[in-house]
Amino acid sequence: MKLKGFLVALVAILLLAGCSKSDDSNAPILIGVAGAHSGDLAPYGLPTVNAVELVVEEWNKNGGVLGREIKIIVEDDGCKPELASNVASKLVGEKVIGVIGHICSGATKAAMGIYRDSKIIAISPSATNPDLTAGNYPNFFRTIAPDDAQAAVEVELIKKLGLKKVAILHDKGDYGKGFATFVKDMIEADGSVEIKLFEGITVGAVDYSAILNKVSGSDVDAIVFGGYHPEASKLVAQIKKMKLDIPFLSDDGVKDNTFIKVAGEYAEGVYATGPIDTSSSAAAQKALQMHKDKYGEEAGTFFLNAFAATESLLKAIEKAKSTDYDAIRNALIDIKVETTLGNIGFDTTGNPEGVGFAGFQVVNGVYIEVK
Amino acid sequence: MDVGYFLKLLLSGLTRGSIYALIALGYTMVYGIIKLINFAHGELYMIGAFTGLIVASIMNYAGMDPILTLVVAAIVAVIFASAYGVTIEKIAYRPLRKSQRLSALISAIGVSMFLQNFVLLFQTSDFLSFPNLIPEFKFLKPVENYLSSAQVLIYICTALFLIGFTILVKYTKTGKAMRATSQDSKMAMLLGIDINKVISVTFLVGSAAAAMGGVLISSQMGQINFYIGFIVGIKAFVAAVLGGIGSIAGAVLGSFILGLVESFGTGYISSDYEDLFAFLFLIIILTFKPAGLLGKNIRQKV
Repeated sequence: MKLKGFLVALVAILLLAGCSKSDDSNAPILIGVAGAHSGDLAPYGLPTVNAVELVVEEWNKNGGVLGREIKIIVEDDGCKPELASNVASKLVGEKVIGVIGHICSGATKAAMGIYRDSKIIAISPSATNPDLTAGNYPNFFRTIAPDDAQAAVEVELIKKLGLKKVAILHDKGDYGKGFATFVKDMIEADGSVEIKLFEGITVGAVDYSAILNKVSGSDVDAIVFGGYHPEASKLVAQIKKMKLDIPFLSDDGVKDNTFIKVAGEYAEGVYATGPIDTSSSAAAQKALQMHKDKYGEEAGTFFLNAFAATESLLKAIEKAKSTDYDAIRNALIDIKVETTLGNIGFDTTGNPEGVGFAGFQVVNGVYIEVK
Repeated sequence: MDVGYFLKLLLSGLTRGSIYALIALGYTMVYGIIKLINFAHGELYMIGAFTGLIVASIMNYAGMDPILTLVVAAIVAVIFASAYGVTIEKIAYRPLRKSQRLSALISAIGVSMFLQNFVLLFQTSDFLSFPNLIPEFKFLKPVENYLSSAQVLIYICTALFLIGFTILVKYTKTGKAMRATSQDSKMAMLLGIDINKVISVTFLVGSAAAAMGGVLISSQMGQINFYIGFIVGIKAFVAAVLGGIGSIAGAVLGSFILGLVESFGTGYISSDYEDLFAFLFLIIILTFKPAGLLGKNIRQKV
């Protein structure tokens, strides 16, 4: 009698345990979406929310991931580091499996330590700061090339063109000087190209002949410029007028059609690095069309990056066949996913492979990729 | 020392100085007569540049001769900007002439913002390409490494404006009236000088010089937008203060010094500190000569 009672109890417990276990594996998989959704920088954050919504909707229609429904939790960090750490703690409390975000590099840095300690993967569509992938955050991935990747492409371009002595100019701004400094550091580490001049110029000045005289006096093969198109177009116009016949290489701030429009004939032959454009691929076109159908407007900044980030995360969970942190991380590094950014994967630091920059040159008034 | 390099820097310094001088003249003349720092002056430079661009684009489209285009664009720009200058004075400064000087100053800042936004809204916020109107002069071929035709044209125009202004102020009846108004406007009025007219003429010639500068430098740099007047205006203002605001010769001297300091600073030290040199120099001069290089230190009557 006693034994019978014990057995019944045992079976009941086992059944209950089984029940609770099957309950757990039917619970939705939670994915956090964090970034700037209000304030000045909202246009950088909101397209990511739309992208995640679209991808998740599509997956849920096909039965979710690991047979479980996917749910998203959207949190606004306003691009502020102090809010970002609150948001991160909240998402940890909600027990999310992964996070798409954050958007701004500063906010991402503030949140990443919290995710790392709670073993949560985060994939940012937009944070480009090189420090994020310097080894502190094994849980961090991104679907955008880091800031210094562009400089690496620029240095490759310099070498491809056979340039030996360069003058590096920049506009003293965060972007321009940052880029110029990366180029300088990489050239110095490489050693095959000589930097004759490294100087900032004054934005909005009425005349750049003094600095250009200095450049021509220092006997260089090329000018590398970090900055935006207004200064670049003034510089190229003056370079041509001074009959200084050397190539002008610049960055994404110049790889813009406005530059060609403003500089006109002087833009001809200018080199610039810029992101590889994938928006014409079939996957990207499909995603953009989905956005238009659902939200009635064109998709915004980082939409394609966020789309690719979400796809990668879900594919990795599928491949890992579990929601375990290490399994997902390994899967992310292992797999190559066909996304809106092309066929991409991740290296062990979390940087994307197959996403990035290429060199372009103005030929007959349009930018053409340098092969 | 490399003489050629020195010469190149000297010439670029003179180019900058000439442009600053064209704009500083307006600041200094207005200040000399009604003791107002006309912060909207840089905007007249910008309006001159925009007018020049519109005229030049139409004439380019019609296939006119480039030299003719440059001349017509410059003339129209000068007329337009002068009209703006005179109108601004009538609307924004004249009603405040008897109130405290601070009110007029705030009004000037207001006009500056108004004009920037006016052009921003009615034209564009984009950078626009400005056609190169300055032809290559054949006679400059032997020295083309040192001098471009744009530079030569800028020197010539600045020189012409300076000579014109000096003649106007020193040897004409209007000039005499200007000087009288500057010394004591109430007394000048009592002696039958129409000071409203004198002030209008001052704004007119000052705006004309700024517009000329706008057309020349835009043609040289190849682009304009609504904001170009601000930075140039500040630099020219610094030049005017450096030379002694209120003095025409001082404004010119200040402009050339500023241009040369920037150019040599860039050439021999680093262009990173271009603005630093300019302002450091300003502070040093003002420490020793608070009224500027050629400014008169007039004791204020209480």
